[in-house]
Amino acid sequence: MERKKTQVAEINRSAYDTPNPENAAYKVSKGLTAEIVTDISSGKNEPHWMLEHRLRSLEVYGRTSLPSWGPSLHELDMDQVVTYVRPNTGMTNDWDEVPDEIKQTFDRLGIPEAEKLSLSGVGAQYDSEVVYHSIKDEMRRQGVIYTDMDTALHEYEEVVRKHFMKLIPATSHKFAALHGAVWSGGSFVYVPKGVEVSMPLQSYFRLNAPGAGQFEHTLIILEEGARLQFIEGCSAPRYNVLNLHAGCVELYVGQGATLRYSTIENWSRNMMNLNSKCAAVEKNGAIEWVSGTFGSHITMLYPTSILQGEGARSEFTGISFASAGQELDTGTKVVHAAPNTSSMVSSKSISKNGGKAIYRSAITVLPEAKNSKSSVSCESLMLDSDSRSDTIPVMDIRNDEVDIGHEAKIGRISEETVFYLMTRGIGENEAKALIVRGFVEPIAKELPLEYAVEMNRLVTLEFEGSIG
Amino acid sequence: MLTISGLKARVGDSDILKGLDLTINAGETHVIMGPNGAGKSTLANVIMGHPDYVVTHGSIVFDGEDITDAKTDERAKKGLFMTFQNPEEVAGITVESFLRTARFAVTGKSERAWDFHKELLTLMERLDFDESYAARHLNIGFSGGEKKKNEILQMLALHPRLAILDETDSGLDVDAVKTVSEGVRGYKNEKNALLIITHSTKILENIKVDAVHILVDGQIVKNGGASLIDEVNHSGFTALTPSKSIEGVS
Repeated sequence: MERKKTQVAEINRSAYDTPNPENAAYKVSKGLTAEIVTDISSGKNEPHWMLEHRLRSLEVYGRTSLPSWGPSLHELDMDQVVTYVRPNTGMTNDWDEVPDEIKQTFDRLGIPEAEKLSLSGVGAQYDSEVVYHSIKDEMRRQGVIYTDMDTALHEYEEVVRKHFMKLIPATSHKFAALHGAVWSGGSFVYVPKGVEVSMPLQSYFRLNAPGAGQFEHTLIILEEGARLQFIEGCSAPRYNVLNLHAGCVELYVGQGATLRYSTIENWSRNMMNLNSKCAAVEKNGAIEWVSGTFGSHITMLYPTSILQGEGARSEFTGISFASAGQELDTGTKVVHAAPNTSSMVSSKSISKNGGKAIYRSAITVLPEAKNSKSSVSCESLMLDSDSRSDTIPVMDIRNDEVDIGHEAKIGRISEETVFYLMTRGIGENEAKALIVRGFVEPIAKELPLEYAVEMNRLVTLEFEGSIG
Repeated sequence: MLTISGLKARVGDSDILKGLDLTINAGETHVIMGPNGAGKSTLANVIMGHPDYVVTHGSIVFDGEDITDAKTDERAKKGLFMTFQNPEEVAGITVESFLRTARFAVTGKSERAWDFHKELLTLMERLDFDESYAARHLNIGFSGGEKKKNEILQMLALHPRLAILDETDSGLDVDAVKTVSEGVRGYKNEKNALLIITHSTKILENIKVDAVHILVDGQIVKNGGASLIDEVNHSGFTALTPSKSIEGVS
């Protein structure tokens, strides 16, 4: 019996794929010019230094070429991308004030419900602007700030100016430059010394306009001993034209502070996801990246940890799931720049129906990072012979007093294991699903619950067909 | 219960089974012995429907139904079971949750998790199998002996009508063989049947055997009762295979 694999990935996207009619208050013309950039900045009434930053970034963008490695980005034609789309509403902290069609989108994604049950605060961005931001009073009383970047730029201008695009300067790569020129929206979080935010904050980014780009900027600052879990979710309906996401995330983790940053990307299959993320970690601080990449046409994403204080730690847990027409090039970068720092990388990828999943990482241990430890494990599972997987781990170790471990595995579902399970009465498809679920289990348990459930559903759906 | 007639099977280009007949009735324990490469494990795999083995002739009938072309899981649901010489390791699923899934698959009945848990612990104790293994991932990091115990545990939990033990005793120390053979005795009753494939005889010491078949070069060359085991122990397989040399001459 034929398995109807290809359709499955689409069925599961119904909650994400429902687009709203375009109803923007304002959008800039396609393409990228100094006029457009100035337009975005003046529309937001930004301080002059930000406009200058945007124009400088635009200039860098113009003279920077596309990356010479990784997936081909030739399909991307910036002259066709609309860089700024302002939704037809302002920002509010009351869901009732969010226009119905936009609110319904977030309802379908389960955001307001999750806010009530298990989050300390929620931010929701629709196209280029944040339409909802709210934080529980208890957190606000302790001095925690959680707001959108536009508000932060006005209310906390000096803090923003000191940190904005300092970890990821416009010169990092072409899309960082693009981001610097046309960024809009995103979240700003500040957690004061010693404050532990008990439940996670979640920002959700939704791109509705066809042919548009989303360039949100997220800036998080944790003072000494602070603790925070931040969840970032992304999705978009499917269109026939390419959409572009080039967000930027900058995280400052203070001495002894711990930040867990979880991202679930479920962009539609017409999305170019070229995102930049970087964390700087002070003495004895810790950054924990949890990254799930399920959607998009092409993704290039390598969250970076700079361990700049003694004893700083980073953990990266990533999973990607590439299906037909998808090329997911993900991984992480770590720079050990101080003694006794440690990094742990655990990555799994699954490719199916001709999808391509590439793991890429770079671990650098600088001469001063004595007694540092790094362990990298990456595993890939290919579900059929049309799919591709590769692992490209790079290590640059510049001192002798380090402890480095590395393990890479690429495999297929073993027919012998399927047979073993079938001799116990388990059907072929269920046996395969069980093997895949087992493969992703160590990662799934790190994901926020609702996303872990979603991932299991994805795996189960993948193998349905011939049974029922 | 099981009737195999004129069975020929090959893997790749080589013919392994070359016309084999075997009948096993309810309540019986059969033993298949034979030198390495005779086709013993192939027979077990063919009975279970391993996709690498192609049946080119003959039939396998189980409980009156021709299962020669049935899928492996369908055979298991009808009550066939085999232990593996090298049980597969599966990450991310615990022994207990695997066994619940399998039990639901073969019985179709849902059971309370707690009842199943208690039953499992009783079985594990009987096999001298530390209960912490119930929460470990299937066969991951298990020693050879632990994997074999886990196979017997699965047999006891799934209540098959015909269980095939493929070299379950190989690589086990004396104590482990004893535990396994006690487990096997605990399984056996009037209604089910057992097919033990082995090339040693340690495991058979405490088990009542009804029939012994000597398999050489893909064919059964001699059938007999339990006494055949002693004959093999005494004179080896070559003495028992006159037909082969005759065949060679003709």
